[in-house]
Amino acid sequence: MLPGLFILLACQLVGETIVRALGLPIPGPVLGIILLVSLLALRQRMTGNDSASDTTNIGQAADGLLRYLGLLFVPAGVGIVQSFGLVAANGAALIGALVLSTLLTLIITVAVFRLVARRSKS
Amino acid sequence: MKPASLFDLWVYLAASPLLWLTVTIGIYLIALQLARLSRFNPLVNPVLIAILAVAALLITTHTDYRVYFAGAQFVHFLLGPATVALGVPLYRNRALVRRAALPIAASLLAGAPTAMLSAVWLARWFGAPHDLTLALAPKSVTAGIAMGIASQIGADPTLTAVFVITTGIIGAVAVTPLMNALKIKDFAARGFAAGLASHGIGTARAFQVNDVAGAFAGLAMALNGLLSALLAPLVAQLLR
Repeated sequence: MLPGLFILLACQLVGETIVRALGLPIPGPVLGIILLVSLLALRQRMTGNDSASDTTNIGQAADGLLRYLGLLFVPAGVGIVQSFGLVAANGAALIGALVLSTLLTLIITVAVFRLVARRSKS
Repeated sequence: MKPASLFDLWVYLAASPLLWLTVTIGIYLIALQLARLSRFNPLVNPVLIAILAVAALLITTHTDYRVYFAGAQFVHFLLGPATVALGVPLYRNRALVRRAALPIAASLLAGAPTAMLSAVWLARWFGAPHDLTLALAPKSVTAGIAMGIASQIGADPTLTAVFVITTGIIGAVAVTPLMNALKIKDFAARGFAAGLASHGIGTARAFQVNDVAGAFAGLAMALNGLLSALLAPLVAQLLR
């Protein structure tokens, strides 16, 4: 698992470094995802092994982190104590916007998916 | 060593990163147990329960958020490598992507901007102030990436974290009744919409309903994170 964690950290480190060096407008970990997927594809092509399967170092490290993904959001979420007044004062507008926007996103995504799936089959 | 008074003990503990790190993990484990007891009812979200409980504790003990974060930062730090780890399920599902590449690409391109722009425009139309509404833009993206997007577009990442979790719960609660009402029986499409609109929390819900839906939801979560991060500078310009 430790070599897997090392790979994940290394992908993030390289991602953060490139993003900063080139002034790219994306978060470092996002570039890290792209690097990791490319690395997995490259290793499979070269060695024929699927390094992402759940018995490998990378697979285990990723599954371990993602199993408790929820915990990792808690420290940031607790930051609400700093802006609680502002959020509470606009509570109705924010909840209304979140509910309507989430429903709209669900409907548009599923509608486009079905429409294109039906077209590309016929 | 002579025993410390209760007050001295509190002074030591309150300033030590050990206390708030342990409290964060302990409260999350309790919240997880509550979610298990409710049979993973989407309304009993362990992340939301843990956040509210820790926040209440900080307020009652008059603890400054910076003191809390000095301990909790060790957990927070893992968000980066955990976000990179999303590449693993993405790679595992590459066969699914190939099979449905066209509908995936099209619904992603339609859904990602809808999620970002509609939330901000609706909240502004409802009268919320600009500095608050900008933090809504990445609300459908998984928290690790969403907070990165928030700082990039000049919004408050902690506000975004709370909006992200709220959105996840809304999506997880709404997706099944909504899809049934729309008479959508394609579980790939249902799952993809759930993951795109409500990231990890929607994905967890999709896995409860159907394995294919779960796989497509996880895929949508990772792809939407990537695309939203790429679209964010453009969206920020539109919302200025």
